[in-house]
Amino acid sequence: MSHTEKSHTEPLLTVSGLRKSFGDREVLRSIDLEVRRGGVVALVGPSGSGKTTVLRCLNSLEVPDGGRITVGGALTVDFDGRTDKRALDALRDRSAMVFQHYNLFPHMTVLENVTEGPVQVRKRPRAEAVAEAERLLARVGLGERGDAYPHELSGGQQQRVGIVRALAMRPQVLLFDEPTSALDPELVGDVLSVIKELSDEGWTMVIVTHELAFAREVADEVVFMDQGVVVERGAPEVVLGSPTRERTRQFVRRLQQRF
Amino acid sequence: MDWELVRTSLWPIVRGAVLGTIPLTLASFALGLAIALVVALMRLSRVTVAAAVARAYVSVIRGTPLLVQLFVIFYGLPSVGLTISPWPSAIIAFSMNVGGYAAEVIRAAILSVPKGQWEAAHMVGMSRGLALRRIILPQAARVSVPPLSNTFISLVKDTSLASLILVTELFREAQQIAAPSGEFMVLYVEAAAVYWVICLFLSAGQSRLERRLDRYVAH
Repeated sequence: MSHTEKSHTEPLLTVSGLRKSFGDREVLRSIDLEVRRGGVVALVGPSGSGKTTVLRCLNSLEVPDGGRITVGGALTVDFDGRTDKRALDALRDRSAMVFQHYNLFPHMTVLENVTEGPVQVRKRPRAEAVAEAERLLARVGLGERGDAYPHELSGGQQQRVGIVRALAMRPQVLLFDEPTSALDPELVGDVLSVIKELSDEGWTMVIVTHELAFAREVADEVVFMDQGVVVERGAPEVVLGSPTRERTRQFVRRLQQRF
Repeated sequence: MDWELVRTSLWPIVRGAVLGTIPLTLASFALGLAIALVVALMRLSRVTVAAAVARAYVSVIRGTPLLVQLFVIFYGLPSVGLTISPWPSAIIAFSMNVGGYAAEVIRAAILSVPKGQWEAAHMVGMSRGLALRRIILPQAARVSVPPLSNTFISLVKDTSLASLILVTELFREAQQIAAPSGEFMVLYVEAAAVYWVICLFLSAGQSRLERRLDRYVAH
């Protein structure tokens, strides 16, 4: 493929000057972010640092107060001034989110959870959506559980369904919001290995996580945030291995020595 | 006890239930639920005028006696030039009443669905309306079955008030037999028993419905 070289360097997702306040609390103060096609960026930082809010802005679950988000060169949404609903919908269409608490639809089977968006929203033929869902479920080891209801699955299985539901939307960017922090420790590995496989396949991802060892392995850039600003960014072994800023050092130390 | 009277009066009373009480209840409840859903969505909407109208509606319905509402529609409206016959009057009064009470139930049920469900629905591209229809209302329905069953069972008994605006239903049949015979105790206890039997069936139906909707709820 002749376009490979180029597509691997051009940014797929660019965020610049992103601002957001809740009431008089400023949670994002001018955030910049760049994710190249096929790249994996890990957002780390203490709770309340704004990292989840960045992710939610990317999926239009929050509307930023200012700044700009560009996806794939073709779509730029400017949040300075009034943002129309169509732009927010277009932005949302380009990404898909995996939630911390899975947020599966409890009244639908696993298969229905996965096909709901493609069939009801994207208007794809049901048979085609089901075939794709079954293929994706088989890939994460849930090929036999299509007829189960979410409550019949373990947390790790539910989160894998959450990942498949996101994949079925065929997004350009996958967003993970602390995908393993609600899981029992012994179930974390299954979910992380699925995410690792997706990155190896070339999916573009932004991951909010507290699993620093995982971030080191899967991310090609780590962005450390605190109090609504990016404190430090760079290669994982630098930011997490020998951070230059005191706040990053403290955070990494605290996560490594939990007791 | 006059068993012969019980035997001969049972048929008219049951007929009153089948031709009066039950259809009156079903029609009023169906219409009432439709009103309730609209009122609940208005109360939850971000349009302040709609929310205020809905709040006022619920306040008036819950703050005035059902019997008075019924009389305003049947006996009151003709004096401002609007005459409505007994059956439609009863259905209007009962459905508006159910609408007020059930609106609060439905509103609470919608609010009880976790915010993450809206977010997941939006994540897969759904608009507010589609999310409500496909994701939120089915889950709210499960939560609202027990309180709505209460409303439904209350309504069965409240329809006896329609006898006061000349609707031929269960209780009016009983009254019409009781008055000439003077056997008030027998006839009114008999009527009470028929109401009770109807409600027993409804309670059984409620349990079945809850079990059916329970299949996706963790225990």
